[in-house]
Amino acid sequence: MDITTLTVHELQEKLESKEITICQITKAYVERIEQKEKEVQAFVTTLCKEAQERAKQIEEKVENGQITSKFAGIPIGIKDNICTKGVKTTCSSKMLENFVAPYDATVVEKLKEENLISLGKLNMDEFAMGGSTEYSAFHVTRNPWNLSKVPGGSSGGSAAAVAANLVPWALGSDTGGSIRQPASFCGVVGLKPTYGLVSRYGLVAFASSLDQIGPITKDVEDAALLLNIITGHDEKDTTSENREKVDYTNCLKKEVKNLKIGIPKEFFGEGMNEQVKEKLQQAMQTYREMGAEVEEFSLDIANYSLATYYIIACAEASSNLGRYDGIRYGYRTKNFTNLKDLYRNSRSEAFGPEVKRRIILGTYVLSSGYYDAYYKKAQQVRTLVKKEFEKAFEKYDILLTPTSPSVAFEIGTKSNNPLEMYLADICTVSVNIAGLPGISIPCGVDSEGMPVGMQLIGPRFGEEVILNAAYAYEQKIKFREQYQAEFKGGVC
Amino acid sequence: MAKEDYEVVIGLEVHAELSTKTKIFCSCPTTFGAEPNTQVCPVCMAMPGALPVLNETVVEYAIKAGLATNCEIAGNCKNDRKNYFYPDLPKSYQISQFDKPLCEHGYVEIAVEEEQKKKIGITRIHIEEDAGKLNHNEFGGGSLVDLNRAGVPLIEIVSEPDMRSSKEAEAYLRKIKSILEYIEVSDCKMEEGSLRADVNVSVRRKGMQEYGTRTEMKNMNSFRSIIRAIEYEAERQIEVLEKGGTIEQETLRWDDVSGKTFSMRDKEDAQDYRYFPDPDLVAIRLSKEYIEKIQNNLPELPESRRVRYMQEFGLSKKDSNLLTASKYLSNLFEEAQSICHNAKAVANWLLSDVSRILNEKEIEADKIPFTAEHLAKMIMLIDKGTISSAIGKKVLEELFENPKDPEEIIKEKGWIQISDEGAIKEVVNRILEANPQSIADFKAGKDRALGFLVGQAMKETKGKANPQMLNKMFLEELNK
Amino acid sequence: MKVSKEEILHIAKLANLNLKEEEIDTYLLHLQDILNFANIVNNAPIEGLEESFGVNENQNVFRKDEIKVFENTEALLANAPEKERNMFKIPKVIQ
Repeated sequence: MDITTLTVHELQEKLESKEITICQITKAYVERIEQKEKEVQAFVTTLCKEAQERAKQIEEKVENGQITSKFAGIPIGIKDNICTKGVKTTCSSKMLENFVAPYDATVVEKLKEENLISLGKLNMDEFAMGGSTEYSAFHVTRNPWNLSKVPGGSSGGSAAAVAANLVPWALGSDTGGSIRQPASFCGVVGLKPTYGLVSRYGLVAFASSLDQIGPITKDVEDAALLLNIITGHDEKDTTSENREKVDYTNCLKKEVKNLKIGIPKEFFGEGMNEQVKEKLQQAMQTYREMGAEVEEFSLDIANYSLATYYIIACAEASSNLGRYDGIRYGYRTKNFTNLKDLYRNSRSEAFGPEVKRRIILGTYVLSSGYYDAYYKKAQQVRTLVKKEFEKAFEKYDILLTPTSPSVAFEIGTKSNNPLEMYLADICTVSVNIAGLPGISIPCGVDSEGMPVGMQLIGPRFGEEVILNAAYAYEQKIKFREQYQAEFKGGVC
Repeated sequence: MAKEDYEVVIGLEVHAELSTKTKIFCSCPTTFGAEPNTQVCPVCMAMPGALPVLNETVVEYAIKAGLATNCEIAGNCKNDRKNYFYPDLPKSYQISQFDKPLCEHGYVEIAVEEEQKKKIGITRIHIEEDAGKLNHNEFGGGSLVDLNRAGVPLIEIVSEPDMRSSKEAEAYLRKIKSILEYIEVSDCKMEEGSLRADVNVSVRRKGMQEYGTRTEMKNMNSFRSIIRAIEYEAERQIEVLEKGGTIEQETLRWDDVSGKTFSMRDKEDAQDYRYFPDPDLVAIRLSKEYIEKIQNNLPELPESRRVRYMQEFGLSKKDSNLLTASKYLSNLFEEAQSICHNAKAVANWLLSDVSRILNEKEIEADKIPFTAEHLAKMIMLIDKGTISSAIGKKVLEELFENPKDPEEIIKEKGWIQISDEGAIKEVVNRILEANPQSIADFKAGKDRALGFLVGQAMKETKGKANPQMLNKMFLEELNK
Repeated sequence: MKVSKEEILHIAKLANLNLKEEEIDTYLLHLQDILNFANIVNNAPIEGLEESFGVNENQNVFRKDEIKVFENTEALLANAPEKERNMFKIPKVIQ
């Protein structure tokens, strides 16, 4: 038995029945990382030694009854924009290359309370800006299905690590699709929770009104389990919702009879890969066969959402990234004699081109004379998008769309035209604009064997509905039993 | 044209630090003067990932200030980010309020000349965070950033350009200071920077409708500099205009030593603050009930105290005004009078001798070292005839030096008034014996002689003899 | 809207970024491209719609005025590139 191929709920069963031990689990992952990480390069920081020590301590405490958590000793990987006390949090940026956070993010505190074991910090596009993890300042992470392809992004390290069995599950963050799109590219499950369900305290901000932390897992049940751990009201985040805690595994019932699924046809527009379209149509058919009502309808907000997304996200980012000034932490240029040079040279030398591009765009749309034309309008469009979704959810329980118009592409072939790149986010961003939950699950592979992702969107706090629908579908098609990442085309 | 043909127009932006226990967006203490960077946390140090949470007391205090200055309180407002780079601003944006301030459209009344009241409009009051402090390193050649003050809550009170002289500006600022002290939302210590003002000055020819171009002097923190700066700047502007020049809209630095304003160096960057709603903070929606509750619990303001002093205690308008100008003085008055039940005497003492000593010592009323009880007891001792008013003055001096129970003071110093008939009679006889000429004068109709004799007796008793009794007994003896 | 070279330089200055001569044209082109696309928002049917302020309906989320001291102040200063007497050191700033 290869421990690293198991899901977390399977690991829990085997721990319960004493088939395996906590130390064995960690050891298996450490060995897997030692073996495969050089091919995938999913991590920025690995904590192999620390994890094994921690496993020993936890195992002992579980044995003598000091710890009772069901998750005690389960390893996890954490995206490198989530603050971890005493361990570097780099955001895959030269700016924070050596930054050690003085505190734990709220989600990290929650992981620690449950005695999970961190295997390390996972690679990403710099400051979560990008969709291929090629914008990491350190290295490119590879797609475990085909090592010459990108894992998607920005949580590419998280998705690749889960797909490559380097971690059993991982935390990612999603501002415009950064959990769902890499999950789709890597054939795993990625859930972006409703805005406000998971605390953002300690998540290095990209766009505050859009960012949300969420799970990237091998299957839907694991997504529900990890969601159970990380949700909950946090008084340190005023946008965190004060709601009663829910056990998200209770909703997994394999039952979708009479579920009303809306298919917004505008999400299947031009630029959509034919094979992706085909897989999605098969998925719709599967849902029909399971007794769901699937209906196409018009939700004409995709383009507006995308434009709005780039205006709002960049505006917020331009302000959020002002704090990187080379004074209190982070990169400081050697080339300065006065304050102005300290600022400009530190920022210009340490931010990558995509980050700079977004800061410039964001600064522009907020600057005097343009605020009304862009930012203000975008916020009105945001209201429109919310209202349109609300209308849609009066008719349908969930919406089904592709996660991305394409499958994972070759490393280095990413467009030099940023706009073209941004257009690839068309299916995911509207979910963030409206603050809705969205999950991406695999629904097949294309002719080259690359996974295709399907996105299910729910109304606000509709996690249970989409988790159940995803679970029913997953149990029906049994993707994981048919397909596994094969590390095709290894690095020669 | 002469200087008299111009009118100066002044507007003030007053920044007051609120006296909350913690900062506006984090739970760090706000104590003044702590060791550098010891009252800090991930939030006020702008660590990546840290988030602000608004202190409810800040909202309450700002509403109090708004209500006390006749503002409308916005039911619906928000926090905005003001983006600019400066080393004392760790996030590179200040959380402030842009287009929806908490309070708007208020006014206060000032009186520059007796009886002449003037309304000064208040455009808005909003909440925001203070910046950190830059310390300059004389030896190392750099500057050092201390973030203890970063995130201390401020209200900014923006006036209309309604003031027409440095005197009016001073009266306005004193009024604002006094109100904030009365409602106990700021300690207003100008020397610690917890009350400071940006002063906008322009001039125009009298009778003109339009305002002239204004200049701004930032962060002024003493009445004296504000008055001097306004006067200097108005004169400078008039001079420029008289020479046919134009005023440039700019920020100036007031230099207290030379008594001049200087253009700030960095003019090349026209500021563009790119205000936008802070997505880390949620909307503020205040119910009518909430605002009413604050209104109902608002402490009595100087205006209403003034009226009450006139009605309840029969004090003159002038005295009531003077007493209520400072919260400390006014509180001292109320407390003392509630003990000794002699409002007029308390008012007289506070406004004459106490005020004189404060002036001599160049200190404000809040630095008075003795308590209301001390003052009241002293007045009661006079009323009972235990000491004379003359001794009272000496007791007061002593209270400033070494505040303690006046009864103890007079015992220690042996200042108790002699009211014993026998003892006084003895003194009277002794003085009469020594001054036969005065007796003769008195009998010859010269009333002045009586005064002389009483004076001699007071001298002999070092002021302790009861003057009424002396008078009475001398008359009895002389008329025998 | 057409973005000029002067404008992009002004924006870069506001954002405290240097743009190298050879970068300016690329950034200009990209910005122009994205803005042209972003102009879609001006055609959206948004008449009469309020501006969104975040996505959730939360309001009046306040904190009690109670002191909580952050113990690990040392870690707060540990990342500083240069410090002196427990303060962050920067080039001399004339105020």
